[in-house]
Amino acid sequence: MDLSILSALNEERLSRRATILVTDTTTGQQRLVRKGDDTATDPLADEFSRRFRSGKSGMIEGPDGASLFLTVSVPPPRLVIIGAVHISQALVPMAEATGFDVTVIDPRTAFATEDRFPAGKLRAEWPEDVLKDHPLDSYTAVAAVTHDPKIDDMPLISALTSGCFYVGALGSRKTHGKRLERFRAEGVSDAQIARIDAPIGLDIGASSPAEIAVSILAGIIKALRKEPEPAAGVA
Amino acid sequence: MADDRLDILSISERWTREGRKVALATVIETWGSAPRPIGSHLVIDAEGRFEGSVSGGCVEGAVVSEAIDVIETGKPVTLEFGVADETAWRVGLSCGGRIGVYVEPVTANAA
Repeated sequence: MDLSILSALNEERLSRRATILVTDTTTGQQRLVRKGDDTATDPLADEFSRRFRSGKSGMIEGPDGASLFLTVSVPPPRLVIIGAVHISQALVPMAEATGFDVTVIDPRTAFATEDRFPAGKLRAEWPEDVLKDHPLDSYTAVAAVTHDPKIDDMPLISALTSGCFYVGALGSRKTHGKRLERFRAEGVSDAQIARIDAPIGLDIGASSPAEIAVSILAGIIKALRKEPEPAAGVA
Repeated sequence: MADDRLDILSISERWTREGRKVALATVIETWGSAPRPIGSHLVIDAEGRFEGSVSGGCVEGAVVSEAIDVIETGKPVTLEFGVADETAWRVGLSCGGRIGVYVEPVTANAA
């Protein structure tokens, strides 16, 4: 491997960007593919998109019969919870147990206390201030659970425009209807709006805060691991 | 990212920048029960110093000696290790796994 490729690969990994290193194991030739590169004319484009989703490295046969090894690097999944509420207290340990890197953001210092949340997971600041330094990306899930548009709206819109793999918002259908009106007024497209999981979580009849946390986490894992379902009636 | 001291690709880059001759070994295929998953790395320098793992310690010695050759020749090789008895794991004996390991030199020259 040439040092320039190794160095580029490490830089992408540090910046939480997904890459695939393609190695011809016979000749040693290599190239680095970044997620988001234009691969329209690449015969391996479908393979790349499957690999970016699964995150699994492996051998494949190239179009000309070459033995290729794909080293797939995807960032560890991250969960950003907007709102240091009762549901979040249940959700944090569950999400950590399933391998997520979790951050809870809530500017309301009555909620965001270290008595209620493990130190290091909590940011008692406005979402816009936290996300400025730690931007959202496609390997991040966002669950907004404050019900307060002043706190939830900005990170939800940011999650949609950053391509977060899961975007969920707590609230009744009525609350969500008003949210959609605000988002449309902000210029968010219908296709983006359709990606919001609302009412939040899988429909398992969850009732207690811990049960709702289970349904949210299940929705997030489903979004991470399963192919997206075809959008229903959305242009 | 995980702890930089344990991140093999970061170590490979650092060692190369320090002027050490380096080879990188990667598990590219596994059959049956393999101790380390596909994509696991071992980095080796010309003095035989190494970090990381491609197995539970069973084949690292052999990979290190092959890697020193790879550093000298500058040519990558693919190695295969394991108990070749296919029936061993089919009947449930998990010690019969096999692994394929790709060993390549890291070169400081511009492409």
